[in-house]
Amino acid sequence: MLPSCRESIKTAVLLVPKFARFDRCVHTVRLKPNYTSVNYNVSRGGFAHLQKQHLYFFRDLLGEHRMISDTIELEKYNVDWFNNLRGCSSLVLKPKTTQEVSQILSFCNQENLAVSPQAGNTSVVGGSVPVFDEIILSTELMNKIISIDDTSGVVVCQAGCVLENLDTAVAEKGLMVPLDLGAKGSCQIGGNVSTNAGGLRLFRYGNMHGNVLGLEAVTADGNIIECLGTLKKDNTGYHLKHLFIGSEGTLGIITKVAIQCTTRPTCQNVAFLGAQNFRKVLKTFKLAKQDLGEILSAIEVMDSATMEFIGEKLNINSPIGDYPFYLLLETSGSNTNHDSEKIFKFLEIALNSHFILNGTVAVEHAKINALWSVRERIPEGFNLCGHLFCYDVSLPVENYFILVDEMKIHMGSLADRVFGFGHLGDGNLHLQIETKEFSQQIKDHLEPYIFKRTAQFGGSISAEHGMGFLKAKYLNLARPPSTVNFMKDIKQMFDPKGILNPYKVFP
Amino acid sequence: MARVLVGVKRVIDYAVKIRVKPDKTGVLTDGVKHSMNPFDEIAVEEAVRMKEKKVASEIIAVSCGPPQAQEVLRTALAMGVDKGIHVEVAGPEYETLQPIHISKILAKIVQNEKVDLVILGKQAIDDDCNQTAQMTAAVLDWPQATYASKIEYGSKEITVVREVDGGLETIKCKLPAVVSADLRLNEPRYATLPNIMKAKKKPIQKLTPKDLGVDTSPRVQIVSVEDPPKREAGVILPDVDSLVGKLKEGGHI
Repeated sequence: MLPSCRESIKTAVLLVPKFARFDRCVHTVRLKPNYTSVNYNVSRGGFAHLQKQHLYFFRDLLGEHRMISDTIELEKYNVDWFNNLRGCSSLVLKPKTTQEVSQILSFCNQENLAVSPQAGNTSVVGGSVPVFDEIILSTELMNKIISIDDTSGVVVCQAGCVLENLDTAVAEKGLMVPLDLGAKGSCQIGGNVSTNAGGLRLFRYGNMHGNVLGLEAVTADGNIIECLGTLKKDNTGYHLKHLFIGSEGTLGIITKVAIQCTTRPTCQNVAFLGAQNFRKVLKTFKLAKQDLGEILSAIEVMDSATMEFIGEKLNINSPIGDYPFYLLLETSGSNTNHDSEKIFKFLEIALNSHFILNGTVAVEHAKINALWSVRERIPEGFNLCGHLFCYDVSLPVENYFILVDEMKIHMGSLADRVFGFGHLGDGNLHLQIETKEFSQQIKDHLEPYIFKRTAQFGGSISAEHGMGFLKAKYLNLARPPSTVNFMKDIKQMFDPKGILNPYKVFP
Repeated sequence: MARVLVGVKRVIDYAVKIRVKPDKTGVLTDGVKHSMNPFDEIAVEEAVRMKEKKVASEIIAVSCGPPQAQEVLRTALAMGVDKGIHVEVAGPEYETLQPIHISKILAKIVQNEKVDLVILGKQAIDDDCNQTAQMTAAVLDWPQATYASKIEYGSKEITVVREVDGGLETIKCKLPAVVSADLRLNEPRYATLPNIMKAKKKPIQKLTPKDLGVDTSPRVQIVSVEDPPKREAGVILPDVDSLVGKLKEGGHI
C-alpha cells in the first residue's frame, strides 16, 4: 500500500493551481489594531452597560456553552477581517433559533443594551464588528438547511449557513446558489442578504433583491417579521423583505431566508485575456455580450498594477504574460459543444479585431479554478500590506477606469501603489491604494475627494460592500437630505432605541 | 537535434468525483469532464521546452483511445507539439487496453517516425499503472530514465535527476531513450489563444492498432470495480478521560 500513498501525496501537490504554488507560511506578525473608539472620533451612545443580572438572563436562555466572555476567544469577534477595527465587546451570544434571537433582542431592547449582529465577520467596511461594547449576536450556530426543492429550485435555510456549505448542499440536487464571492468559505447567507452582497456572478443572476424570495427577521423589540414566502410572485401588501436586504442589520436580524437557486450549469469555460488599453477592454466586453449572449456568466477586469500586487504578495503570476489590462470571462451553460463553439468564435473575432492581444481558455475544472484563483485571491494580499485603503465604487462603464488613473495622479508619491480591479459587468470597481502605513494625512487626502469624484462621474460610493462603520459618515454625500431623513424615520420605527448595529450606516 | 515523441492520455479530470457503474464493471465516463493526464502534460511541456532550447527538432504526440482522444491531442498541439497521431481504440476494446498494448503501439510509431527520445507521464491518474514507459523501453530495448525531475540534454546522452526514496539520484543515459516525467519536472504552460487557433490547423494522423500490427486482445479481465470503504462518522467525546479511554479501547495507545 505504501507506494500508492506516496502517489496520492504527490498528486495532492499537483492539485494546487499551477501558478499559485506559494509558501502559505509567509505571514507577517500582525499586531492587534487599536480600539476603534480610540482610532476614530466617535462617542458611545447612551446605552446601558452589561451587568451581572444581564449575564444571568442570557445564561438561563442559552446555557454557558453558547456564550463567550473569555477575552482571548472574544478577539475573533471583536476584530474585523482587515485587522483595522477592534471593538471591546465582552459578550458573544450564539442563539440557535429564531425564538432565541427574539428573546435576546426583546431583553436587550428593554434593558437598553446595544447589539452588534455578526454573521461570517467578513465585512470590509466594519459593518460586522462592535464599535464599543455592544453585545455580539453571532448567527454561526443558526446553520440548518430547512428545505431544498429541486423542482422550484428554492432553498430555505437559517441565516447562519456558510455560503459555500449551502452551495455544496444544493449542488447535490443540481442547483446553484446564485451568489459567489471570494469569502464564500466564511461568509454566511444571512450576512450576504443583510448587506445585499454582490460578488462574481451578479452580472448574470442579479442581486439579492431579486434572488431572495422570502425571509424572516426579528426587529429590535423581538418582534418576528415573517415574510418567508417561497413564491416567485406575491404582490400582497408591502414587500417588507426588501427593507431587510441591504440594511446591514440596522432594522432587524435576519434569521431565515428563502432563496431562488438556479440550475447548476453543467459546462463552464473561462477565458483569461490580455488587452492593450481600457478602450479595448470595453470593446471586448461589448462583443462578449453580443456573441456569447445568455451563456456569459461573469466578466472581471484587473489592471497590470493588480497583477504586480498579487505577484509580489502572493507569488501569483499572469498565466499569459504581461499586459496593461486583463479580462476574465466565464461562460456557464448546459451544452459543451454549443458553448465552446460560441466562445472560440468570439475569441477568434476579438483576437483578429485586435481587441485582445493574447489569452488562454480553460475548459477543465482544475484550470478553470486556477484561472479564477488569480482573480479571487487578490484580497488575500490585502493583509500583507503596510496599509491598504480600499474603495468599492460603481461607475458608468465608460468612466470605469478614469477614476483609477485620476487617483494615481492625485496620490502622487503618497501612495506606493494604486490599483484597480473588479466586476466590469456590473460597473463595480475595487480601487485600492497601498501605503507603507496608516496615516491620517493620507486618509484626508483621499477622502472625501474620492467620493466626490465618484459622485461627479455619476457613480455610487458603495457598490456592494455597504456603508458599515467606515463609510457611514459619507451617506450624506451619496443621498439627498430628504432621502437620508426618510431612512432615519424607518430606522426609528423599527428600532426606536437604536440598539441594533449602532454607529453604522448613518453618519 | 532529437525527434521527440510524447504520450498523451485522456483521463477523467481529477476534480471530478468518480462514480462507479452500478454493475461494478468500471467507472462512469459518459458526460464526465475529461482532460489530459496531468503527468502527460508535464511530458508535453518538457518536449516543448526542448524545442524552444533547440535541442528538439519535432514533437509528435500520440494518444490511444476513442474519438474524443483528439481533444487532448489538440491541447498538446496548442501547447506547442507539431503533429498528433490518434490511434483509435474504442468501446470494449479500449476498456481492456493495457500498458502492454500501448507500449507496443508506441514502439511501432517510434520506429516509423524515427524518434530519438520518448517522454511519457510516469503514470495515468485513472488506472495508476505506472508501466507504459518501462514497457516501451523494454519493447524498444532502449535505456530508461523514470521519475525524472530534471533533464539535461547532451548531444548523445541525457542526464536525468530521478526522485527516488530518500532523495535524488542522478543518472546518465545514452540516446535513444525513454523518460517518464515526475511531478516536479516542470510546470506546464497555458496554451495561448493564438496557439490554440494555430493548433486547429496542425495535422492529426489517424491510425488503428491493426495498421501498426499490434494485437490488442485483452490480457486481463476486470473482475470488479468498487468504491473505497466509506469513512465512518466521528464521535464527540465530553472530556479528555473518555478520549484516552477510547484510544486505549481501540489499541491506539
